[in-house]
This record gives sequence, structure tokens and C-alpha cells, in this order.
Amino acid sequence: MTEFAATRFTVPKHLRVMVTSNTKPGGVLVMKPENSALDVRGLTKRFDRLAVDSLDLTIHAGEFYALVGPNGAGKTTTLRMVAGLLRPDAGAVSIFGVDALADPVAAKQVMAWVSDEPMIYDKLTPLEYLEFVAGLWGVDPATSEPAAQELLTSLGLEAHKHERCEGFSKGMRQKVALAGALVHDPRLIILDEPLTGLDAVSARHVKGLLAERVRAGCTVIMTTHILEVAERMADRIGVIASGRLVAEGTLAELRQQNGHTDTSLEDLFIALVTLEAA
Amino acid sequence: MSSATALSWFARHELRLAWREWLALMTGGRRKRKRAAVIGLVLFAAILHLPAWAVIGRFADLQMPIDKPSLIVISSTIVLAWALMLSQAIESVTRVFYARADLDLIMSSPAKLTNLFSVRIAAIALAITTMALLLSTPFIDVLVIGGGPRWLAAFGVVIAMGLSAAAIAIAITILLFRLIGPARTRFIAQIVAAIIGAGFVIALQIAAIMSYGTLSRFAVLTSESAAAYAPNTDSIVWWPARATMGESEPLLLLLALGLVLLGSVMALFSGRFADTAIDAAAYGTPGRKTARERRFRSGSRQQALRRKEFMLLWRDPWLISQTLMQLLYLVPPALLLWRSFADSSAALVLITPVIVMAAGQLAGGLAWLTISGEDAADLVATAPLTPSRMIRAKIEVVLIAIAVIFAPLIAALAFASVNQAAITAGAIFISAACAIAIQLWFRVQAKRSQFRRRQTSSRLATFAEAFSSIGWAASAALLLAIPIAGLVSGLITASLVAATWKFSPRRD
Repeated sequence: MTEFAATRFTVPKHLRVMVTSNTKPGGVLVMKPENSALDVRGLTKRFDRLAVDSLDLTIHAGEFYALVGPNGAGKTTTLRMVAGLLRPDAGAVSIFGVDALADPVAAKQVMAWVSDEPMIYDKLTPLEYLEFVAGLWGVDPATSEPAAQELLTSLGLEAHKHERCEGFSKGMRQKVALAGALVHDPRLIILDEPLTGLDAVSARHVKGLLAERVRAGCTVIMTTHILEVAERMADRIGVIASGRLVAEGTLAELRQQNGHTDTSLEDLFIALVTLEAA
Repeated sequence: MSSATALSWFARHELRLAWREWLALMTGGRRKRKRAAVIGLVLFAAILHLPAWAVIGRFADLQMPIDKPSLIVISSTIVLAWALMLSQAIESVTRVFYARADLDLIMSSPAKLTNLFSVRIAAIALAITTMALLLSTPFIDVLVIGGGPRWLAAFGVVIAMGLSAAAIAIAITILLFRLIGPARTRFIAQIVAAIIGAGFVIALQIAAIMSYGTLSRFAVLTSESAAAYAPNTDSIVWWPARATMGESEPLLLLLALGLVLLGSVMALFSGRFADTAIDAAAYGTPGRKTARERRFRSGSRQQALRRKEFMLLWRDPWLISQTLMQLLYLVPPALLLWRSFADSSAALVLITPVIVMAAGQLAGGLAWLTISGEDAADLVATAPLTPSRMIRAKIEVVLIAIAVIFAPLIAALAFASVNQAAITAGAIFISAACAIAIQLWFRVQAKRSQFRRRQTSSRLATFAEAFSSIGWAASAALLLAIPIAGLVSGLITASLVAATWKFSPRRD
């Protein structure tokens, strides 16, 4: 009989590899690196102009990855293609080894998408919304109901769980949308500017929850304009400009790549995108 | 800037906004379509002269003094048109109150709010009157061509009607705000507008059924009993009819009355208009509605989707008001059905087209709400469910809803005639299926709250949906009376739906 147990190396964080130990008869230990959470190859999309230009991107399982770039750089288009909301003109998307273009249903089963504009139903209560999302992902109510209650409590929505969302503020709506993304326990969470319009308290709630998920082994990809968030939360940062990945790595690596040893991400970002524009 | 200059500047601004909104409505928001929209409108107006000729051409020769039945018919037509204008005006006023686009800017400006809102009230009146003038032009043209320039006075009557309808609509809406609050006014105003718009016709139909066993409202208007109860021909009641026929005194009085009403409303309510708009902006969203605690339900993904759709439909104020309206429209045929049990009247056949058309129209609206009006489109699109299964679940919801609404009527009809009930049920299904198919072919992702604008996204889909409902209703009625004609009509309608599919946008 084969027994599996998950083990994690600790340093460096961005090089973390989820491994499985397989104790074979005779006591030989075989280490197998788990597939990357997301593997994008040659992703291309053209609207009136080229929005994403042969983009290659690999995100490791259990990693918090921040995608930053100026307006119109192609961040949202890239993530929408990964989430299956937009069909690429060319390229391949693999999610935990599943070809997302050939088998989108299997790929969608393990991921969640949260956009900057919370898309929820005004006429449903948060609890009804979470029940619907869990049902759509085929989660057993015995699992999803306690998970939903816990999520609403941790996001500070406990008192509002039976109220229809129509009177909710932008922050509350974003929290409901985030709870919806988490209720089916996805392995990959894709967030497009999730902190837009949130107050400081709500933003902290959301960041805390995401950090907790990453600690539990979930992979998070997030676009943000708030560079401080990327700097503080992300294991790796990708800088995208004109549909191409112009730099990638940890903050230290980005500094090193650009010959600065003690500069902020904001300065690095401006230097990179200015260089790309030139 | 002086007060007068500021007012004229604001009036120009309002007119420009109204013009652009109307243009967007006509062109579906696509600027390239402007020329096509103008040509389409001119053609539509030209074509409208034909039915106008058929409907009122025979009245062109009428001369004063005229008999009571003619006065009753003309006055009833005016009342009906005015009721429709009032209904439209209530909707416009409510929309202005809840449109927050420029409210913050206006409120925070140093301009005198009473003056600005007086201009806004005048702009509403102008928009309503202009629309009424445009729609009535083919009918008045026919009368002028057939009966001479004295019928031009009818334009004056239309202007007076537009002014008074706008004034009363503003008064009704502000009173509703004061009585039931801003949160409920939007919903109630919708129902009030619908009842006012259709109430008069339905009341006439009910009277016709109860007295003559027919759906024709003209039976009541031209009856001897109506003439006996009506006031004498010199009564003030007939002034709108006499003004329409070219009498200058009643015309001037009606115009003066319209202006006085609008002026009074502006003086009385322009200050409150600002308060009301602030209330609507601050408390426009309905109060916190809660749902009771219950356990999560198990089931397939499609079941989860269907449950969500049913829950949203059940909680949709538009749908509730529309269903109430459909039920209201079904009152006359239901009464006819009830009367026909006793004397097995041939008029019973008239029920079928009414029901089939109602089913087609309702199915179109429901299909838009479930298929296009998806508030969380990204969520559903990223769910592990194939698009075909998702669409199937949504279509099932529409068909189930139609079945639930119309099954009791079919069951009642079956007691009177099993054959008619079977044909009606079949036609309801086909009519609903075609309406759903058209919505599916022309679907454009939108928010449920954009329901009002659904008809602007595709004129072709709008007309196809209407012609399909009418076609299947006519086919069902003909199938009962002249089966071969019913089959021909059915084939024509099916070809029309097929042609619509041919012109629908291609999808991956």
C-alpha cells in the first residue's frame, strides 16, 4: 500500500516546492515536485491592438504572486484568459497540470475568480449567495455550510448574513464576493484588484484571509495598483507592460536585476515601465 | 452669470441630454447607426400612416355638430391616449428621481435648486409632449388630408395633454414619495403607471364582455345605453373632442389649462423636487430585507442554478409588476371564459390569442432576465459547468415559470373545450420557446437593472419577439376557426423566426 504525506521546505520562500514523500517497500523515499499551479505559454490576445503578447508565466503551488503594471498593460486580460472568461488568440494555459483550454470544467473546479467590481446578486443574502456558489462547484452542504458561516464571521459579515445584499456598501459586497471565491476551497485564487474601494479595515480583513489561505497551501495570483501590498504580501512579483512580462522575481531579485540595492517597489516599477515605454 | 442666463444655460443642457438619450435609445448606443435610425424612423412614420388611415380615416369627414356616439368614441380615444401619456410620464419622472448621475453635481452647485428643478420639470413635460406629438402625427396627418386643416387643432390638444400628463405625473410621484417613502415608490409607481396605461382599455373590455359577450370595446362606446348615460352635446365634457375637431375656444382653454397645471406643479413642487431627489439618492435602495435561516440544500450544479434563478425571479420587482399586469390583461379573457360556460359562445376562441401572446411576451422578458440579465456573469462563467448545461438550466427555469403561470388557465379552458385547451397549450409552448430562442440568439450580457434598455440592444430581436408572439397567437386562433389558415400562418411565423436566426450574430 502506498502512503502519501505532504512536506514543505522552508527557505527560500519563492523557491518553495511542494513535495510528496512516497515510502516504497524497502524504505526508499522518492521526492516528487508537484506541478506548478499555473503554467502559461505564449498567451496572446489582440483586440484593437495587441493586449497580451506571447506571455509566458509560471506560478508555483502555494505561492502568492502579484502581477503589477500600468493601466492597459494587459494584467486583467491575462487573468481573464486564465480564468476562462476570455478565449486567447494563441497560447496554452495549464492549471495544476490540466489544460484549461481543452478541459475548462476540470480547470475551473480548482480555481476561483474575484474581480475588482464585486459581482453578486442584490436580491440574495450573503448566506444564500454562498449556498449558490457552493452548489455550482458541487460542494457537499455538510462541508459548505459550516465553511460559509466561518467565512462570513471571519470577514465581519456575521450580523448581515440574512440581509439582502442590495443595501451593502462596496466593501461589504467585495467581502461577500471574496467569501464566494473561498467557500469551495479552491487551490488557485485569481484576484483582479480586490482591494479597490475597500476601507483600511476591510482591506486588512481581505489581506489577512488571503495570507491565511496561502499558509494553508493555496496559490494566489493578484493584480494590484497598490504596490505596497504587492511588496508586503507577494512571494514573487511580475511586472507586465504592453502585454509582456518585463520583470519577475522577489523584491530582492527585482532590485538586483535592475542594479538597485535599496529602493522601493514603486521606484523599481516606474523605472521598469518607463524603460519599456521608451 | 445672471439667474436668467443660468436658467437658459441649464435648459440647453437638459435638452442636449434628453436629445442624446433619445438618440441612444433609437440607435442602441451606436453612433454609426444614426443615419440608419433616421431612415428607419422616417420609414416607420410613413408606414404608420397606413394603419392610421385604416383606424381613423373614416372619422376625417366628421363635422360639428356631431352625434353623441361619435363624441364618445373621440373622447374615449383622447382619454386612452392621455392615460398612456400619464403612464409614460410617471415612469419618466421616477427615472429622473432615481438617476443619480448628475444629482451630486447639481446639489453641490451654488445655483438656486428650485430654478434648476423647475427647468428639469419643464424638460420632462417637453420630452413627453414631443414623443406624443411624434406618435400622433401620422393619425393627425390622415385626418388633415381627409378632412381639411381644421384637424391641425389636434396637435394643440396633444400638447395640452402632454403638459397636463407631465404635471399630474410629477404630483402623483411626489405624493407617493411622501406617502410610502422613496424605497417603495419606484416599485409602486411602476405598477400605478402600468394600471393607468392599461386600466382604461381593460375596463372597456370588461364592460363589453359583461354587456355584449365580446372583447370589442367599441361595442360599449357606440351602444345606445352609453349614449343615454352620456351628458348633452354642449357639455364641457366634450370640449377636448370639439377642440380636436378645430373649435378654437375649447382648444385655447385646454392649452391654458395644461400650462396652468404645469406652472402650478412647478411652483408647488420644484422645491420639493430637490428634497425628493435627495431622499431618493439617500434612501433609494430598499430597506434591509432579511431571509429566514435554513439549511443549505444539496443537489446538482444545474439545480443550484435553477434555485438561484427562481429565487431571483421571485424577488424581482419588475417581474412582479409585469406578472400583475399580465394577470390584469387576462382578466377580460377570464371573464369571457366564465360567461362562455353558460352560453358556449363562439367568442371563447378569442381567449386563445390573448393567452398565447401574453405567454410569448412574458417568456421573452423572463428569458432576458435569466439569460442576459446575469448580475454575476463572471462567477457563473468561471463555475465548473459547461455553457450548454448552464443555458439549459436557465431555459428550464423560464419554461417552468410559464407553465406555472398559464397551467391554471389551460386547465379552466379544458373544462370548456379540450381541443382549444390543447391547441392553446401547444401554442403557448411554441410561442415561449421562440421568444426564448430569440433572446438566446441575441443575448448581450447585462445587469438585471438594465431591463428597461433591453429593447435598445437589438431592434431586430425586439421586433422579431413581438411578431413571433403575435404570429403564434394568430396561428392558434386561426387553427381553431379555419385550420388550413392556421397552418399557413404558423408556417409564416416559423419562417420569420428562422429568418431572425439567420440574421442573429454568430457565436463561437
